[in-house]
Amino acid sequence: MTTRRTVIAGVVAGALCAPALLRAEEFASGYAPQALRAADGIWIVRGRDEPIAFGNGGAIANSVLIATDAGTLIVDPGPSLAYGKALSALSRQVTGAGAARVYVTHLHPDHSFGSGAFDPAIVHALPSTRRELAENADGFSDAMYRMLVDWMSGTSIVLPLGDAGEGDVDIGGRTLRLLALNGHSHGDLALLDKATGTLIAGDLLFHDRAPATPHADIDGWLAALDVLEAVPAARIVPGHGPLDTGGTSIAQTREWLTWLRASLREAVLSGKDMSEAGAMAIPERFSSMKVARYELQRSVSHFYPGLEAQLLPRIGG
Amino acid sequence: MRIFKALLPLTALIAAPAIAETALPADPLGSPMWEYHGARLFGADRVVFDSRVKVSLPIIAENQQVVPVTVDARALKGVQRILLFADLNPIPVAIDYRPGEAAPFVATRIKLDQRTPVRGAVQTADGTWHVSGGWIDAAGGGCSAPPISRVRGDWADHLGEMRGGAWQAGDAMRIRVSFRHPMDTGLVENIPAYNIETLKINDMSGKQLAAMTIYGSVAEDPAFTLEIAGAGRPVMVAARDTAGLEFSGKIAVHGAARPQ
Repeated sequence: MTTRRTVIAGVVAGALCAPALLRAEEFASGYAPQALRAADGIWIVRGRDEPIAFGNGGAIANSVLIATDAGTLIVDPGPSLAYGKALSALSRQVTGAGAARVYVTHLHPDHSFGSGAFDPAIVHALPSTRRELAENADGFSDAMYRMLVDWMSGTSIVLPLGDAGEGDVDIGGRTLRLLALNGHSHGDLALLDKATGTLIAGDLLFHDRAPATPHADIDGWLAALDVLEAVPAARIVPGHGPLDTGGTSIAQTREWLTWLRASLREAVLSGKDMSEAGAMAIPERFSSMKVARYELQRSVSHFYPGLEAQLLPRIGG
Repeated sequence: MRIFKALLPLTALIAAPAIAETALPADPLGSPMWEYHGARLFGADRVVFDSRVKVSLPIIAENQQVVPVTVDARALKGVQRILLFADLNPIPVAIDYRPGEAAPFVATRIKLDQRTPVRGAVQTADGTWHVSGGWIDAAGGGCSAPPISRVRGDWADHLGEMRGGAWQAGDAMRIRVSFRHPMDTGLVENIPAYNIETLKINDMSGKQLAAMTIYGSVAEDPAFTLEIAGAGRPVMVAARDTAGLEFSGKIAVHGAARPQ
């Protein structure tokens, strides 16, 4: 039975606790990546379909494990040294072997910053990705440490030493077709496992999650989607979002980018400010895409000043 | 000076009861700088937190050097001034807008140097300040990193280039204008403060419709969106920077919204 005294005590305790909880320091709780079987000898390690935040340790991108006779092939080592190590341990558990090669699909830190857990000699990327990583690593590092704090302990960007390029690569009895594309960034690597028809698309494809555009060239990205559409794939591992077995990630990414490009242009031409463009209605057909408003506002920030400079007429002398 | 001294006791006498009567309300945002800014910006004026002042901030300061903010006080009558300020910025006030014959509405982009409250403070004819705003997270360096055109080195090639347009929006004419300008804060080593400091909107006869004082926390290549009541007559937009350079141009509704 609840007496008046216990109620009061509870209220007082609550009042005392609340500020203490608010001020309590949060600590990184450690990564526990899970491998989900995608195809024969291929596992997807899902990121959370969220923005990078302390609560998720930056583990928002998908990684892939592929078993080969030479060891595990890992695509995208994740956001931090600790994540790269957790992924390495997971690969031993799942395939029985450590990493034989690591591919980094593009520069963004949620995909690339875990590479420090591996010997740089086995980490491969497109030359354009290495160049972009070198240019942006310090800024990314500042931002990641600020947001993720001790999740990032020990993480420093290790530039991939291996060159990835267009064409077939044989590793431990598996043949992968590498596609050197761009559009999401200046260098976007996609990989097709020929035996299973599994296309690993990096951030050229988003599935049920709105595309992010910090280094995007939308026209180039749409051209890359045409290339991916022509690839004979039985299933697609997108950079973010669930495994795609019906090709919907290609349609969704194309639809979003086409809408975004037209809508931002129209917003500039109709006299809208950035705040209003970021608040525009998002069509119902995108309702399955997570973090749509968040990514729209980011894209407004990426593209709007440039579009204004292009579309608003000069005045004055 | 003598006059000032003579007046001092008198002001103290007048001000004392006024301050007691109009103490700053407690800050719903819990800002450590609220009382400091309150005393400096509002003095003894009455201050209320008022949700009729709509301050639009993005979910995330994706680029802390270009953070879009809109202050819309069209729900209030008799607006005299609109201040846009960020409590924890090294240059807290971004703009001081006197809309005059324009609508109490302004949108621009500001720089942020850290996580901070961003507020619109709107003074009505009775002297009361109506305040609203929110916290926004931002990484450091918005005010203390050099502008992109300084890094690129081409800031002087395009200095003062203006772009703009006008649109009829219901019973008001919306004006958008932007300037190429580094808007140096003075907080970057070896680059002194250099910014656009006034913006005036005049009608074609030279009569002033609206005026704004602008500070170094407004983003590089500053852009402004304003609304003038009534059907779209052409207006002159004139700005002056801290070096005394003047930039001006005419904006009219027709044909303004199409690319060159």
